Amino acid sequence: MSQSNPLDRRDFLLRAAKAGAAIVAAGGAGLWLHDRKGPSANIVSETVSLPDFSPASAGPKMSIVTGADRVKTVNRALAALGGIERFIKSGDRVVLKVNAAFASPAALSATSNPDLVGEVARLCLRAGAASVIVTDNPINDPPSCFSLTGIARAAEAAGAKIALPTPSSFKPTTLADATLIKDWPLLFEPFQGATKLIGLAPVKDHHRAGASMTMKNWYGLLGGRRNIFHQDINTIIFELARLIHPTLVILDGTTTMMTNGPTGGSLDDLKATNTMIASTDAVAADAFGATLLGKTAASLPFIGKAAAAGLGTADFESLNPVRDHVD
Amino acid sequence: MKIVTIRRIAQIFFFALFAWFCVVTTVGDRWWQLRGWPVNWLLQLDPLVAVGTLLTTKTIYAGLLWALATVVLTILLGRFFCGWVCPFGALHQFIGWLGRRRKKHAERVAMNQYRNGQVIKYYILIAMLAAACGGLLAEVLRWPREKPAVGLVVLAASLILTLWFATWKVVSGWKQATEWFAGLLFIGTVLGFLVRPEVMVASSLQTGLLDPIPLIHRSMNLVILAAFDGVATASRFYLAAWSIAAVFFAALLLNLWIPRFYCRFICPLGALFGVLVRWTPWRIGKRQGECSGCELCENNCEGACDPFGKIHPHECLLCMNCLRACRQAQMTYGPNRSAAGEVPSPGLTRRGFLTAAVSGLAAVPVVRLAGLVNQNWNPGVVRPPGALAEEDFLERCIKCGQCMRVCPTNIIQPATLEAGLEGLWTPILNFRVGTSGCQLNCIACGNVCPTSAIRPLSLDEKLGRGGFAERGPVRMGTAFVDRGRCLPWAMDVPCIVCQENCPVSPKAIYVREEFQVVRDGARTITAVVADSLTLDGAALRLGTLGTGDYFVRLDGAANERRAIADNSGQVVKLAGSWTAVPAAGSRIFIEVRLQKPYIDPARCIGCGVCEHECPVSGLRAVRVSAENESRNKRHSLTARV
Repeated sequence: MSQSNPLDRRDFLLRAAKAGAAIVAAGGAGLWLHDRKGPSANIVSETVSLPDFSPASAGPKMSIVTGADRVKTVNRALAALGGIERFIKSGDRVVLKVNAAFASPAALSATSNPDLVGEVARLCLRAGAASVIVTDNPINDPPSCFSLTGIARAAEAAGAKIALPTPSSFKPTTLADATLIKDWPLLFEPFQGATKLIGLAPVKDHHRAGASMTMKNWYGLLGGRRNIFHQDINTIIFELARLIHPTLVILDGTTTMMTNGPTGGSLDDLKATNTMIASTDAVAADAFGATLLGKTAASLPFIGKAAAAGLGTADFESLNPVRDHVD
Repeated sequence: MKIVTIRRIAQIFFFALFAWFCVVTTVGDRWWQLRGWPVNWLLQLDPLVAVGTLLTTKTIYAGLLWALATVVLTILLGRFFCGWVCPFGALHQFIGWLGRRRKKHAERVAMNQYRNGQVIKYYILIAMLAAACGGLLAEVLRWPREKPAVGLVVLAASLILTLWFATWKVVSGWKQATEWFAGLLFIGTVLGFLVRPEVMVASSLQTGLLDPIPLIHRSMNLVILAAFDGVATASRFYLAAWSIAAVFFAALLLNLWIPRFYCRFICPLGALFGVLVRWTPWRIGKRQGECSGCELCENNCEGACDPFGKIHPHECLLCMNCLRACRQAQMTYGPNRSAAGEVPSPGLTRRGFLTAAVSGLAAVPVVRLAGLVNQNWNPGVVRPPGALAEEDFLERCIKCGQCMRVCPTNIIQPATLEAGLEGLWTPILNFRVGTSGCQLNCIACGNVCPTSAIRPLSLDEKLGRGGFAERGPVRMGTAFVDRGRCLPWAMDVPCIVCQENCPVSPKAIYVREEFQVVRDGARTITAVVADSLTLDGAALRLGTLGTGDYFVRLDGAANERRAIADNSGQVVKLAGSWTAVPAAGSRIFIEVRLQKPYIDPARCIGCGVCEHECPVSGLRAVRVSAENESRNKRHSLTARV
């Protein structure tokens, strides 16, 4: 061998050492990352869940205020429950789940009324809320929905922020013992750091569910191809009622969509029913809302399911709702 | 024995082994069938398969650990795999040899000159590996947002480090590398705070397109052997075979222009080896810088590594031809670098490196703008049973065609563009081609898949038995009845072949029986003789009503029917008896009993047997599409599974 040259020998040993190190590194990495079994059938995604936002303090559970002016009626309805301060404390981060399902003007009442959204956001901020986020995963194009309904402008004018859904806003959730909500995407991002949740829904006719009110409004927190749940609409509303424990729900029956729901589209579909309901019991609120539609709670199976599971009462009169009127 | 002879024996051995493994990749337990042959061994020895899937999945699946042996030997010895093992390389070498047999010495030396273009294969490798890195990058980009405190610390540290280096001006070697690293870390962290990688920045494993081992498996499985099968016994069909053949034969023909063209210019696996041989202790070289200059060493140089001049060690395939050719025994394989000097690196430029890496990385989100792994997923892409969800699938499939070769019914087909550009040559099911649908008790494809892009199912798991009973069977999709084409639904013709052939129990296809008045079936009886009714109206087609499916019903009697035994133009002969024989002048209806097929989505597994058997032989009246496939919950069809 012509290895007489010490420089050559040094070069060889250096290369051999580096090659050895490379082999050790490759071998170590290979053995460390070796996966004998391969991927599993169910790549179980990390699920999230929402906290219980129910109010801690006791007090009246429901108020029903008649009147045509939403700003006045909602103020009175909240005052009847002990004021917004009973629910929103200083520093609270509030999520307002509105119904912004359709890109249609506020006058058609297919979505939460912007004046009402603005007023509730303002009340929360006045009560010391650190932030108010207005959100929904609408059916129509999300930015169009928030802008054309006027919700975005009203909310921002009041100092609230709009959270539009994006693909990364959703995280899978699983409801214990559920038949439908299993590893299903939930609109989670607006809830990060949230301490309070208020549901704001109009009273509407709904061809599949019979009515769309505060419990059906949680449907807008689902992502994915959620429309498969229309195959079992009452169960999904019931499971949503089990999944979501709001601080408060506000059911806006100032204008009720009597026909052609849930999209409406004509003023002829609407009826002035001039009622605002605030409640800590969504089941009771919906049970009352049914009467505005000329229906009974008994005719809406999701109310029966929710009541039977103890999520609230369908007999709203048993809550002794505070009744009032403002002109 | 001369070293070159041993090398030739090795090449022939590995080529024969490869061909044999392809041949035996068929379901069965005969010695020439699958039984226990390690048919994936060459794919497992291929480190590009292991490295590619490692980047996309952060794991090395089962047998892919064999690649470690190749890596270790390559680091020690050089690119022995290219010169001694690779069956594609052997084929190139053989054709290259044929092509230059009659050529003069000078011409041959010219053909085997090192060309600057040989660096291209490194760029191909970099682009492909970069495309496989998207998922890792997305993870890196995600963490500053997820752990903002750590992100801010890293941001500050990398900024300080970068500025510190910048003030020291650009310095070479490790310091420069550190500066680059710190700079990239800074940019990455800033990006992480600003952008959301969402779903677009993702990994796509595309090494299989050009990786020689999957390439030659695919070509052998789907072109060569399929053609032999076609002219011999069982016909096999492969939809994209033409495109696979085009690449394969183009690669082979290029050897006539430049020997080992593919190996020298294109092969990303060769490029990977070229990187690994940087520190090989033993290498080819000259003993002395000066020699007679006959250049016989380059006469048959396979790698075009320039052994006569300054050798390119990363291009040397260890063919050992130079060792034998040199009359003065100048060439050695030993511990010293060539006395004539070495070109230390493949000659990548920083600009080229960045261009290739960024192109590869960016190509994935650009291709995914089509939305085929998101909302715009193609329901026509029905993957084999056990295939992973599309994104995970595309992180593993190397397009080797093993599943397509082993599938006993020939329904697993190489896709062209059905699954998008990145899904080229990946397995999709076609129920018109082949001999049946997916066989209920077959799990060959997943068990042969070398990367677990198709998981190795057990029969229990596939059929939803035993421990898998609660999860139910693996569904590839769902069959849909096209009521505009289905014979009973659209044409009053009894059929239900689909229902009969549905292999699951209870059947996923069920029928509802219906009696339908046939066209011109409302008639008046003009005469009654025993069991024969003479009818008014246009002549009936002779003998068409005696099949047992046709009945006569008396007007006003909702459910009382008598089967027709036979008919002539005007007379129908009845079978069985009637409670009250109808009189002449009564109105009757000729009815056909139809069984109309319905699909039960809770039972259907999308095996496609119904589609294969449907007598509407063109566009089938019952067709499987990927809705409700198990591999993606988001494609569910029903709320309750």
